[in-house]
Amino acid sequence: MTGNLQLLTDALARAKQDGRAALITYLPAGFPTVDDGIAAILATLDAGADVVEVGLPHSDPVLDGPVIQTADDIALRGGVRIADVLRTVREVHAATGKPVLVMSYWNPVSRYGVERFARELAEAGGAGCVLPDLPVAESAQWRRQAAEHDLATVFVVAPSSTDAHLADTVAAGSGFVYASALMGVTGARASVDEAAAVLTRRLRAITDLPVCVGMGVSDARQAADVAGFADGVIVGSALVATLLDAPGGVEGRAALTRLTTGLAAGVRAG
Amino acid sequence: MEHDFFFPAAPEGLPGADGYFGAFGGRFVPQALVAAIDQVAAEYERAKADPVFVARFEDLLAHYVGRPSALTEVPRFAAHAGGARVFLKREDLNHTGSHKVNNALGQALLAQRMGKTRVIAETGAGSHGVATATACALTGLSCTVYMGETDMRRQAVNVARMELLGAEVVPVTSGSRTLKDAINETFRDWVARTGDTHYLFGTVAGPHPFPAMIRDFQRVIGVEARRQLLERTGRLPDAAIACVGGGSNAIGLFHAFLDDAPVRLIGCEAAGHGVRSGRHAASLSAGEPGVLHGSRSYVLQDDEGQIVEAWSISAGLDYPGVGPEHAHLHESGRAEYRPVTDDEAMRAFRLLATTEGIVPAIESAHALAGALQVGAELGPDALLLVNLSGRGDKDLDTATAHFGLEAAR
Repeated sequence: MTGNLQLLTDALARAKQDGRAALITYLPAGFPTVDDGIAAILATLDAGADVVEVGLPHSDPVLDGPVIQTADDIALRGGVRIADVLRTVREVHAATGKPVLVMSYWNPVSRYGVERFARELAEAGGAGCVLPDLPVAESAQWRRQAAEHDLATVFVVAPSSTDAHLADTVAAGSGFVYASALMGVTGARASVDEAAAVLTRRLRAITDLPVCVGMGVSDARQAADVAGFADGVIVGSALVATLLDAPGGVEGRAALTRLTTGLAAGVRAG
Repeated sequence: MEHDFFFPAAPEGLPGADGYFGAFGGRFVPQALVAAIDQVAAEYERAKADPVFVARFEDLLAHYVGRPSALTEVPRFAAHAGGARVFLKREDLNHTGSHKVNNALGQALLAQRMGKTRVIAETGAGSHGVATATACALTGLSCTVYMGETDMRRQAVNVARMELLGAEVVPVTSGSRTLKDAINETFRDWVARTGDTHYLFGTVAGPHPFPAMIRDFQRVIGVEARRQLLERTGRLPDAAIACVGGGSNAIGLFHAFLDDAPVRLIGCEAAGHGVRSGRHAASLSAGEPGVLHGSRSYVLQDDEGQIVEAWSISAGLDYPGVGPEHAHLHESGRAEYRPVTDDEAMRAFRLLATTEGIVPAIESAHALAGALQVGAELGPDALLLVNLSGRGDKDLDTATAHFGLEAAR
């Protein structure tokens, strides 16, 4: 069984052919429950998302703001396990045929077993991983397994990254490059920094990989702004906050659908 | 003053250029921090080779901190330790009351060199927060300290001290609301503000180069103690004993003895209610290798890599990880680590107070409890060196509550 790196590459290429940016949504697995989490992710894909990142909840999400940490805490208190994360990937991919990535801090993957995690993610139909606290220098073991199982390795870069770091990152990564729109942790912001456009230009100069921009994008207008210069727009905290704010699952999914529909229109207006 | 007295160059050796001590260490951080951490590493390499920096650091250690710190023999306490001779390295007598000031001053000077104007730090017991606030007041840097809400309650005196020193103390309400979460929050701040901000990390954990750099700033403890003990007794100790949370006072003591093979290096971890209770902070005794706060070391975690909350009566040891060099010394067998429970530590705390008139920090009381055990094991011919890493003023509320005394409120 091989992973779906090619499906991810194709989805991003297709959006580009359509003259638009791709919309990538993020939600943690197991939030608020495993089944409701799957339904929520499906709601974003049905409303126009092209790719989804399924978060593997972690006790110490140092790169996430309070919104995603709250969701991770809810999922962990509910007893979410890596098997549940993989089931989420499997069911979402089976239901939609769309590319599904896992976003995880390194320790759970390392502890679970790098080879085992890569193999089981590929078997579940996953397209790859975003590993935000795994720098290129520490990533050799993961990249061997990712290559073995046809999984993408998406690295996150930041406006502070030096040219040398960017070069190392695009050489080692696959699928796309995740460009952090601003310095900081995840969370909705009032405006997306100009730094994102500069970073995207720096990446374009050295790679043909698609550049997708995330962190701080929360509404259709910002999505359109980012879509004006990036190949993909990644939205996470705004979706999680929508679910956190909703009084129940049905209302939450309806609100997610509304927000995602707007974002999908945004990436087409960019 | 002897040039290499306070800031002796670490011997060539670990970590390697990749930041690894054997299988432990490294740098597991977001790309957004790599440039800032590279800057710290490069500037530290330049600073330690710069006589002006070294002289300034040594001058502060001598005339501001009050080094060398005393070495005190404690015979009335030692009578309870199998009759062994026991000497305490008195880091509690340093300005600010603990060993933490050694590192805080070194890194504050480094932050100045890097042109940073703002320093952030985590603190558990408050000792590192107080030391950092002090160093920032001295050097004119703005200071923000993140502290778990639980710890702010149990170390209220230190919160007031930090505020008096001009620091902002930010309560952390996520997770266990203790040291681990304070570190998470400080990393979040740093990711967003690397331009003007230095993260003045407090212990020998974190991403490379922090474990090695902070060790170097703390090596003075063992270098002084080794020479003082040789002068006083004519021989090396049978064991050098220190408490271990993240492990900065312990590595500071141990390092000067690494090549003295007969000297046992004994780290005392916080066993809380006992390692089998599940309520402890004994990462080496009961944890397994994993990645936390930027490096690979021993951590308390479940079978899927989620970090488990630690527990200790001592806020400074209440941490589910440990510095990577300790993990290496543990695996190589050069150092040994033993768990000490809350009750054992508090008995040693009271014993030192009533036999010697010294009130130790509860953290340091774990090392004292270890000395009572090791003395009983080795007998009256033994010579023990114990790092008294801090004083107990901050712990009076916890101690009076523990012993059921009338709290002086």
